[in-house]
Amino acid sequence: MEYFLQQLINGLTLGAIYGLIAIGYTMVYGIIGMINFAHGEVYMIGAFISVIVFTLMGPFGFASPVLAIVLVLIAALIFTSVYGWTIERIAYRPLRGSFRLAPLISAIGMSIFLQNYVHMLQGAKMKPVQPVVRGGFKLAEDNGFVVQITYLQIGIIVATVVLMAAFTMLIQRTALGRSQRACEQDRKMAALLGVNIDRTISLTFVMGAALAAVAGVIFTLYYGAVDFFIGFLAGLKAFTAAVLGGIGSLPGAMLGGVLIGLIEAFWSAHFPIAYKDVAVFGILVVVLIFRPTGLLGRPDIEKV
Amino acid sequence: MAATPLLSVQNVKANYGPVEALRGVSLDVFPGEIVALIGANGAGKSTLLMTICGDPRASAGRVVYDGTDITNRPLHEMVRLGIAQSPEGRRIFPRMTVFENLQMGAFAGDPANFEADVERVFRLFPRLAERREQRAGTMSGGEQQMLAIGRALMSRPRLLLLDEPSLGLAPLLVAQIFATIKEINRGEGVTVLLVEQNAYHALRLAHRGYVLVNGSIRMSGPGAELLANPDIQKAYLAGGHH
Repeated sequence: MEYFLQQLINGLTLGAIYGLIAIGYTMVYGIIGMINFAHGEVYMIGAFISVIVFTLMGPFGFASPVLAIVLVLIAALIFTSVYGWTIERIAYRPLRGSFRLAPLISAIGMSIFLQNYVHMLQGAKMKPVQPVVRGGFKLAEDNGFVVQITYLQIGIIVATVVLMAAFTMLIQRTALGRSQRACEQDRKMAALLGVNIDRTISLTFVMGAALAAVAGVIFTLYYGAVDFFIGFLAGLKAFTAAVLGGIGSLPGAMLGGVLIGLIEAFWSAHFPIAYKDVAVFGILVVVLIFRPTGLLGRPDIEKV
Repeated sequence: MAATPLLSVQNVKANYGPVEALRGVSLDVFPGEIVALIGANGAGKSTLLMTICGDPRASAGRVVYDGTDITNRPLHEMVRLGIAQSPEGRRIFPRMTVFENLQMGAFAGDPANFEADVERVFRLFPRLAERREQRAGTMSGGEQQMLAIGRALMSRPRLLLLDEPSLGLAPLLVAQIFATIKEINRGEGVTVLLVEQNAYHALRLAHRGYVLVNGSIRMSGPGAELLANPDIQKAYLAGGHH
């Protein structure tokens, strides 16, 4: 029971990261019908920016961890959003209206380019960061096994829940969110009503990148080190989360992320850890066989 | 009738894929008019309405609105110029509620007018008020048509482009839709360019009409005159009218 609880906490933390990245996949898919395979790299860049800013702040010490994290978040959000915007502008927009596979191939190229770009600039070695947030609560103890939730985990889960709720409100209740949904349902009609399609698509990429940036900052804080390759597997798993939840569905991406995180945590707890990725993708296969539209991907579900 | 047209289409050509859909179309719509554009399926009526809005692009000719050349301007600028369209196939947003569709109609408008404009649409189409929170895609064809017209009105257009508002509707509903178009025009001074296959209703309602055949204007004149023309009766009114 204690072990279960601990893995639940760990799995939810991991799921928060996947869920935040998955939203970017699902939103971009919703609005332009392509899988942005460079999105995992956008997340990796978000993590790198946080490492750079933490390192720059290092000499001043982290007298206030909250202030340090807020500053890092702001920097990561701004720079990562610029990357997201630029990627769409140079790699996807010129191919809009081209054949369906063209932007997909371009996305794979962009992914490879970004990995190598960071590799060249930052080197191949892991970049470590000093722990910023320490300590936690002891929830239970059983024969020396301590169930613990760290302050960082609490922060991650709370921040993710708040962010996802705010994001859902943004999509459901604001004029911007409505115009995004309108573009997703009928782009030409949205334009006839005055929606600037190019700008709306750009904004969608920026929003996806911003959430990936938050996930990147979380990764840096949680694991304490990043390298140029972290975007590959995380991106693939977040994409899996989006498909599992139903690609195009916003709640689906969140649910899919949490499920993938939990599956990974519980598999690692009870089965050979080397096979945890196999478990994740195996479950994806099973879901796709029995429910090809994903868990929440019914045609009438709210999509973005 | 004012001397300068609100909309002037001048020798416009456009392609729809590899097909030349418009082969030099010219027509004028004067302020306060209802102008009907009739023609068979595939004559280019819907293409003309979309080309006026800039997509598909005009390969030749000019579209002049209110004295300004608006040929091939981006689609999303039209509504801010005062041009609203209820397009072919209605194109309501199926996974949004009726109310959200109307909000989208007001996207480019002044938020201060929103409440009053929703009230106005609900007054014209009381059915929409009943369905306010329903998903638009689950409504009947007639209700969707009302929504498409209502959504177009939300931007307070000066020029309303209506594409086949009677398509697929029961006769009683057709009469109601046409009465509403008349009310929008007479009561509120909105200029209307109406594309219709239902030539009888359209020409009876319109001040003037144009007949589009294979991408060019074959005939034009006052609605009543066209309605009395034997060629038109034979080609477009055969089979009687209800």
